[in-house]
Amino acid sequence: MPPVIEVRNLHKRYDDKIAVDDVSLTVQEGEIFGILGPNGAGKTTTVECIEGLRMPDRGEIKVLGLDPLRERAELTRRLGVQLQAGHLPERLQVAEALELYSSFYPEPADWRALLEGLGLADKARTRYAKLSGGQKQRLSIALALIGSPRVAILDELTTGLDPQARRDTWDLIESVRSHGVTIVLVTHFMEEAERLCDRLALIDAGRVVMVDTPTGLTERARIGQRIQFRPSRPMDDRLLTSLPDVSGVTRRGELVIVNGNDNALNAVTTVLARNQIVAEQLRVEQASLEDAFVQLTGKRLDPGPR
Amino acid sequence: MSVPRTAAPPVTAARGSATWRLIKTESTLCVRDKVGPLWGIGFPLILLIILGSVSDLRQPVEAGGGLTYFDLYVPVLILFNLAVLATGSLPTTLAGYRENGVLRRMRTTPVGPARVLAAQLVANFAIAVVAMVLFLAAARFGFGVDLPKHLLGFALAWLLAAAALLAIGLLIAALAPGRGPATAIGTVLFFPMMFFAGLWIPIPLMPPLLRNIAHYTPLGAGMRAFQDAFLGHFPSAVPLLTLAAYAVVCAFVAVRWFRWE
Ligand SMILES: Nc1ncnc2c1ncn2[C@@H]1O[C@H](COP(=O)(O)OP(=O)(O)O)[C@@H](O)[C@H]1O
Ligand SMILES: [Mg+2]
Repeated sequence: MPPVIEVRNLHKRYDDKIAVDDVSLTVQEGEIFGILGPNGAGKTTTVECIEGLRMPDRGEIKVLGLDPLRERAELTRRLGVQLQAGHLPERLQVAEALELYSSFYPEPADWRALLEGLGLADKARTRYAKLSGGQKQRLSIALALIGSPRVAILDELTTGLDPQARRDTWDLIESVRSHGVTIVLVTHFMEEAERLCDRLALIDAGRVVMVDTPTGLTERARIGQRIQFRPSRPMDDRLLTSLPDVSGVTRRGELVIVNGNDNALNAVTTVLARNQIVAEQLRVEQASLEDAFVQLTGKRLDPGPR
Repeated sequence: MSVPRTAAPPVTAARGSATWRLIKTESTLCVRDKVGPLWGIGFPLILLIILGSVSDLRQPVEAGGGLTYFDLYVPVLILFNLAVLATGSLPTTLAGYRENGVLRRMRTTPVGPARVLAAQLVANFAIAVVAMVLFLAAARFGFGVDLPKHLLGFALAWLLAAAALLAIGLLIAALAPGRGPATAIGTVLFFPMMFFAGLWIPIPLMPPLLRNIAHYTPLGAGMRAFQDAFLGHFPSAVPLLTLAAYAVVCAFVAVRWFRWE
């Protein structure tokens, strides 16, 4: 099956600022594909090129086999878009906006049900300017889905939503996908990416660091587990560093912190037992995508979107 | 929760209904915006009623071809309406749409932003038609002012004036970097334009230099064409061509310069 989205060697600069240096990626039919990266990494610019809103300086893009610039008319019918910054007239009411937008598409979804599903039913007669940030966000998700698109690109989907609304939105996205819609999700939330995405492209400074499943990414970063304990009697670190499953040992006060792959815990407890050392206050953490990200790029994800 | 989907609604007329719905929506928004209805219709209408009650204004204007001061105010207020829409309502709305990403969002739909712009023009045009009919009717039935004796000539002059003014509004929207500047430019343009329409001094009473300038301003040309039509002549070519020139040149420059974001 040909990929739904194909981006090859995309390059885009604003004046002398390179926003996207070299990005290539493919999105397969029916998957939720995440684009993850810190602020200013070039995520929004990349998807705006895919949507045909920006003209790339170099590179090739195909969406559903269409050229986003030359075949715009056809593409807009099949692609649902949520812009990171995109708005409606201030005095337009929620229901009016949905009714208007559904008239743009040949086979619109039922906007009343969409409104219900996004918890906006009681806001149908509220003007756009009077909505809270989260409600605006949900409305813009509804507008992205109103045309029953084959592909939806959602930029910073849950930014500005409270935790409950965020989880509701995730449910909605999963149900949209279960209807066969391919989804591209731009995010800088690890939890969101881990929970929703089948595959992820890690973008940093305008380049793709790697593309993999969320689990694959953490494995590749080689930080499967972090084990932390206080030994019951003094011990030599070499006892642990010599283990093949352990990648590093550090000390913090009395605590020993061991990084290793998924077998590390087994190996460590066996060695400790053989030496009659008890691991007190033992804690084991599964490395998160966040750890993987830091490991792979040497950067943290910033808290706020841009 | 499941994703709602309608059972294949009729695809026919999707295009037409989108355009129609946009026009309806933009008209509703224009009314909610209040600038057009309040300043474009309400204010001049009240002015008309007040001026109509001042008996001094029922004197014929010197060199006015037999029209009274009040007679002259009827077309002035019709132009006042067009000027409010062109310098206040239209450019502020469009520049705001650009600033707030409304047009950008429309770019991602099959309909595109150009039709939003067209719908705004239609909505403002509709408000202008309502205002013009209302003012003529109020003057005719409230104060016994004769309708323009050359109705066809008047209709043509009004259409050209509306085209010229809306094109000017479009031009402001195209050149202003944002909503704030669009409002500022509109306000700055409004007063001299209205001056040359004769809001404060009727054109026939202006000193020759000002009168000559007035004839080549959009509202001054509109006034001259209206005056001809009220007196029963087909408007002369110069004011009509002046209006047409404003319409074409401003629309052309506006379309060339208009940015969607
Ligand atoms: N319209 C623009 N003009 C100039 N620079 C821009 C513009 N949009 C984005 N940039 C810059 O390009 C880089 C990438 O931005 P963006 O694609 O928005 O990143 P992200 O969505 O990953 O935060 C940033 O450094 C940003 O400042
Ligand atoms: Mg962004």
